[in-house]
Amino acid sequence: MKTINVCVGSACHLKGAYQVVNRLQKIVEEKKLEETFVIKAAFCLGHCTNAVSVKVDDGEVFPLTEHEVESFLENQLQG
Amino acid sequence: MMRKFENHVQEMKYEVLKEVSRAAFQGNLEEAIPSIPFRTDPGPSPRIRCCIHKERVITMDRIRLALGGDKKNPNIIEVIDEACDECTINRFIITEACRGCLAHRCTGACPVNAISIIGFKAVIDQEKCIECGKCKESCPYNAVADVMRPCRRACEVGALSIDEQKKAVIDEEKCIRCGACVYQCPFGAIMDKSSINDVIKILKESKVSKTSQNANEPTKSKNGNKEMKVYAIIAPSISSQFTYASIGQVIGGIKTLGFHDVIEVALGADMVALEEAREYRKVVGDIGTMTSSCCPAFVDHVYKVYPELKKHLSSLVSPMIAISRLIKSMDPEGKVVFVGPCTAKKEEIQKKDLKGSTDFVLTFEELAAMLDSQDIALDQLEESPLDNASFYGRIFARSGGLTKALGKLLEEEPGESPFNPITCDGILECDKALKRLKFRRLEHNFIEGMACKGGCIGGAASLSHGPKDKSAVDKYGKMALEPNQQESLRVFDLQSVEYHRDHQINAAQSILKDAVSVNTE
Repeated sequence: MKTINVCVGSACHLKGAYQVVNRLQKIVEEKKLEETFVIKAAFCLGHCTNAVSVKVDDGEVFPLTEHEVESFLENQLQG
Repeated sequence: MMRKFENHVQEMKYEVLKEVSRAAFQGNLEEAIPSIPFRTDPGPSPRIRCCIHKERVITMDRIRLALGGDKKNPNIIEVIDEACDECTINRFIITEACRGCLAHRCTGACPVNAISIIGFKAVIDQEKCIECGKCKESCPYNAVADVMRPCRRACEVGALSIDEQKKAVIDEEKCIRCGACVYQCPFGAIMDKSSINDVIKILKESKVSKTSQNANEPTKSKNGNKEMKVYAIIAPSISSQFTYASIGQVIGGIKTLGFHDVIEVALGADMVALEEAREYRKVVGDIGTMTSSCCPAFVDHVYKVYPELKKHLSSLVSPMIAISRLIKSMDPEGKVVFVGPCTAKKEEIQKKDLKGSTDFVLTFEELAAMLDSQDIALDQLEESPLDNASFYGRIFARSGGLTKALGKLLEEEPGESPFNPITCDGILECDKALKRLKFRRLEHNFIEGMACKGGCIGGAASLSHGPKDKSAVDKYGKMALEPNQQESLRVFDLQSVEYHRDHQINAAQSILKDAVSVNTE
């Protein structure tokens, strides 16, 4: 089980964090990955210039756009 | 830039809070305290009082309150006895208009024989006067002037009286902590207790936890010295403050102080509005009228004066508590500091059923002092964004905003009975509506109760009070990215947040006791 934390703090929100969260949730639902991933909103991950910030478990913080969500989940499945 | 104040009382309080903040940030509070009165009151001549020494003693009292005040006193508002001595003026005085007439109804009207006619004029024996006002009512020349003390006039719940020494005394049974007396006393003799020192302490701890975490293990922080983050949650009325800078710069300034993130309380208002609309649909048929519950002074007034109306209070926590709990559901180790215009919030966070949600309350006055103590010039800062809440959550800051937010939700999904709200602006209007409700004479089925006139923007600890504030709030509301509450909340897991409360366990009496036990811990 992996927890994907998506920053929804102000900076990320303005750059479309809500869309990223909703896209993630949608794909997880479509592909029935509920047992593998938990999608969580988080307040500021401290990387405001690299919005939208995403963190898997306690790993590093990296930026993600709405369009990269699908390939990102693929990578996470393999990794 | 030079900060502008509405009056010198505000400025005096600010100067003390700033000195205390600076010392607290530097970590030399104890050594610095004795020298503060010499900086704020340099002398040699006094500002307004009899001598510079007295002014410095009063400053010491302000410092004591800035550091939390009398722990044994449950009220978050205190009278500074030393400073409350300029209103030696008697309440009723005979003016030049007195003709020394034949009837002199005043002497007959006075129940304590305090008035006599001396040299063709009425004279009040102030030792005997009980301030009933009968002489004023009886005089055909309107020659009796009522110069009521400003604190008593400000206190619309009648919690202020004057003792034998002519000092103001607060009645705990009636006081709702609205802060009107704090704002209105022309000598600054009534002040709210501050948590600036506690907040600065956790900001410094947070900084230490961050650096030690980075030094040891950059990525793993499973247990042990986990980073403790301090969140500032700001009331939407902040949009009418610090208007010399943009909101984005204010946010930047707050982060510079060491807060990890700044989050809108308006998002909590969105949470509350959605749930309150649900509750309204569910219960209004049974209870007839429901009241709002986000103004702590209004809720306190119901507890203290209309305990039989508790069942009409919405069971929702305030937006401040709702957003604090949401943040803690996402970061259990985090600390939450509310920043707003309200003194009553300082007590709300101590209530038995709410304790532990919001850790500290700061006022806009205190925030200004903290920013300036660190020489943070807001208008020179880069913009830091502030966004999450909807238009509706943001306009909670002004009278009528809550009604508008609920109205919109109830229009989309109406309940059985049509929404018929009354917006009570100020505690007098609230009291009138509650009285009508008590006697089953209220035709409305929803009461929006806000103790301060104008809503939160008229709060006692606001830096500015004026007609411009409402338009500033509306402008800020319109800047919201999310059109409504459902949209602003769609990514949050609200299931894990408890935002109903049980008003029945908060008996007015037990609150006082709780507050005592909290403070003496």
